[in-house]
Amino acid sequence: MTKAQKLVQWDPHNIKAKMLEKYPPKVARKRAKQIMINEAQENSTPEIVANVRTIPGIITMRGCTYAGCKGVIMGPACDIVNLVHGPIGCSFYAWLTRRNQTDGINDTHSNFLPYCMSTDMQDTDIIFGGEKKLETAIQEAYDLFKPKAIAIFATCPVGLIGDDIHAVAKKMCAKFGDCNVFAFSCEGYKGVSQSSGHHIANNQVFTHIVGNSPTEKKGKYKINLLGEYNIGGDGFEIDRIFVKCGISNISTFSGNSTYDKFASANQADLSCVMCHRSINYVADMLETKYGIPWIKVNFIGAEATAKSLRKIAKYFAEKELIDRVEEVIAEEMPAVKAAIKDVLPRTKDKTAMLFVGGSRAHHYQELFRELGMKTLSAGYEFAHRDDYEGRHVLPGLKVDADSRNIEEIKVSADPELYNPRKTAEEVAALEKQGVDFKEYGGLNPIMDEGTLVVDDLNQFEAEKLVELMKPDLFCAGIKEKYSIQKLGIPMKQLHSYDAGGPYAGFRGAVNFYQEIDRLVNSRIWSYMQAPWQKNPELSATYAWE
Amino acid sequence: MINPAKTCQPIGAMYAALGIKGCLPHSHGAQGCCAYHRSTLTRHYKEPISASSSSFTEGASVFGGQANLLQAINNIFSVYEPDVIAVHTTCLSETIGDDLPQIFNKAIKDQIVPEGKTVFGASTPSYIGSHVTGFSNMVKAMAALAQPSDNKNGTINIIPGWVEPSDMEELKRLAALIGAKIMMFPDTSGVLDAPLTGTYSMFPGGGTPIDKIKDAGSASGTLALGEWCSADAARLLDTKCKVPCSILDMPFGLQATDRFIDALRTIAGSSVPDEISIERGKLVDMMSDMHQYFYGKKVAIAGDPDQLIAMTEFLVSIDMCPVHIVTGTPGKKFEKRIRELTGEMDCEVNVKAKGDLFLLHQWIKNEPVDLLIGNTYCKYIARDEDLPFVRWGFPILDRQGHQHFPTVGYTGGLRLLEKILSVLLDRKDRDDPEEVFELVL
Repeated sequence: MTKAQKLVQWDPHNIKAKMLEKYPPKVARKRAKQIMINEAQENSTPEIVANVRTIPGIITMRGCTYAGCKGVIMGPACDIVNLVHGPIGCSFYAWLTRRNQTDGINDTHSNFLPYCMSTDMQDTDIIFGGEKKLETAIQEAYDLFKPKAIAIFATCPVGLIGDDIHAVAKKMCAKFGDCNVFAFSCEGYKGVSQSSGHHIANNQVFTHIVGNSPTEKKGKYKINLLGEYNIGGDGFEIDRIFVKCGISNISTFSGNSTYDKFASANQADLSCVMCHRSINYVADMLETKYGIPWIKVNFIGAEATAKSLRKIAKYFAEKELIDRVEEVIAEEMPAVKAAIKDVLPRTKDKTAMLFVGGSRAHHYQELFRELGMKTLSAGYEFAHRDDYEGRHVLPGLKVDADSRNIEEIKVSADPELYNPRKTAEEVAALEKQGVDFKEYGGLNPIMDEGTLVVDDLNQFEAEKLVELMKPDLFCAGIKEKYSIQKLGIPMKQLHSYDAGGPYAGFRGAVNFYQEIDRLVNSRIWSYMQAPWQKNPELSATYAWE
Repeated sequence: MINPAKTCQPIGAMYAALGIKGCLPHSHGAQGCCAYHRSTLTRHYKEPISASSSSFTEGASVFGGQANLLQAINNIFSVYEPDVIAVHTTCLSETIGDDLPQIFNKAIKDQIVPEGKTVFGASTPSYIGSHVTGFSNMVKAMAALAQPSDNKNGTINIIPGWVEPSDMEELKRLAALIGAKIMMFPDTSGVLDAPLTGTYSMFPGGGTPIDKIKDAGSASGTLALGEWCSADAARLLDTKCKVPCSILDMPFGLQATDRFIDALRTIAGSSVPDEISIERGKLVDMMSDMHQYFYGKKVAIAGDPDQLIAMTEFLVSIDMCPVHIVTGTPGKKFEKRIRELTGEMDCEVNVKAKGDLFLLHQWIKNEPVDLLIGNTYCKYIARDEDLPFVRWGFPILDRQGHQHFPTVGYTGGLRLLEKILSVLLDRKDRDDPEEVFELVL
């Protein structure tokens, strides 16, 4: 592949046109609205269409509702038995494939993550119904593991044949008495992407688990960390920093989580939201029902980590914490600075593209900025407009048929437990100091003028972008990895980190710098052509020497 | 079911379809199925897996998926330009009862299938059988494209079953050495073992051309490897196109390879070249050289029926004792066949079709073994029980090599023995006390 062209040669409008030219007219019209050139407009910011149906036949990066619910949100909880009601496949594919690390076993002495449980529905179950089989499987799980909780997940055919998984769950829950059983109607065809699965999971966790802990959680500066999934040990690193600062993390949703941690979330005094897309529903509900405010944080990037810690300290407004956070930052930063100093000469001015998730395409730009790298194009797989443009667009969002199918639960202030952690005056004062509550600015504002923001990027468009803009690095998921690398461009998985990580926090940032240095400066890519391919013509006959 | 030793039909159909030249597998269902299958196959092969989906929404699930599939076919031919689209169904489209042939007819009538292009499909409901069944159903759907022919062309159809691209390459090499004119389908070599060159093609050069598959009715016979993977397709060619077939075991290990080579030279009417006899001799040589380390060792194996049958026979042939044998795939014949193969061993054998890895683990706890052979998921058992472990089967998510180095044939047998020996002897070296630790083994 030839050396990257200078950015000035690209007109984003031309690139967009190239991405669309091969599509049938109807597809081109739809995709045109999901490919946005990030440029200032009179009086407004550009609008992007997101969270809309995937086009049949167009090879998408997206997965389904079940993947979002069972795979992402509920998958990491180590002491809840996950039982998938459906034919075998869905349970098999979500079995240990998301790199959720856990040391929760230290608290609960149960780790069910290595187990894959399924009702393995057969054709007779499809015809006659699978409720009996589900009941038997729940009983078997209970007898075998004696867990605190059993979560049931519906796959596509369950919704179609009308098995009432919630009734079965309720019945078994009552029968056991000492084991909470609840169900998720997360059939894969619901919604347009994983995103609806997140919503369904949020609702059920909130309804069935939060507030159930019998024990009072002690500790100072109690927070929840929402939307952190401990891929590659990210959560371990963040928790290390919290402990060092004296911040008590009551509950992470849902990396390295346990049933009791979920159940205790109502005891925190602040919710910190990492991945806005997947968990903002829980953040909102915690505030409405228990009076716990939430702020957006980001622990991807050393500077972002420092900023988020300061924000938390500001919220609690105690000198002890504020000072301690500064001490920790001062202790951690030298190693980070040294690592940057080492890699920066080799990474500066390199370019990247990020197409991943509902927050990572945003968060990881922090790390690339620290590396002196420029993000040419980015987008989310399953985000909504607010994740691109900021939460201020929320009131104007139209609810389409696909979103309407996802249950919205009504939550109101708990008569006994509602306790606003801050008064209106305190909130106003904190906002003046820069602590934004319930605020997420989105991806677009942090992207440079003239960059391309693409929602639900597909294989064809990815190939076009790489071919035309020749980035030094492309970031997406496993399905995209090898087609990009065949083009001679290194590809970093930002879902599963290619077996690497952690990349969060201070130590994670150092890991990431070294990893990106390895990728964009590897000699491997220079071997693609054999000597005889580089110089195919012999200009003269060589004499044997 | 806990810790399955199987997955669902569509992934097998997707893998089989990738063995057709210029073919885009298409999953008719919600998009998560396609995403999961692509992810799993990608992790196994470390190669791009292109496949599309009908991306059902709730509406399509209620009203049927015809509109989605028609739109998909149109988009696929416009954007990706494959020669073939091989559609497989999912539990979703099967439960609502979408009728693929009717939708294909509509596509042709609506002129969204360009001239010279093929769209065909297989019914692969996830709630019947396993990934092996899905593979078999897709291969059978390929065979169904063949028409009866009076012009026999002397070709032998070989249906290799769900083996690695490297295995398919090896089968072609052996056939070429014998001088047999073969047409193998499906053939994922050259598709899922592509080189890194700086260019990417969604359809690399490999795969069986669809025209050759359509001409399978002109062959003089079919060799189907593996009852579970390949027999249905071969029998269909027999009944529909009057192409006689032999169903053989997958040629893993000495005796199954012997039968394959013998059958091939008989149908081809040619003699086996010395080269192959020498390869065979090398395998027998290693079996005898290292026999002391194999003899009497107990083995647990999990995997797919065709592979397990051949592996069991191979293990017995070197005097190992396969004592626990589990597949997740159903099939009464499986247990019977394993009983026959292990009948002369003087130890108890546990065998189960429709079993799972949880059961296998229990068996191992009750009756410990010296070696475990299975897919990557078995490493949790290997770690718990501290067992020497050989990765073999599908999926292998944490090691490399299976896509490049065959385990079929005699040279494949050498590789299997090398792997088994390495883990057994590594273990011996690790565990031997100082006073008996030895240089030469």
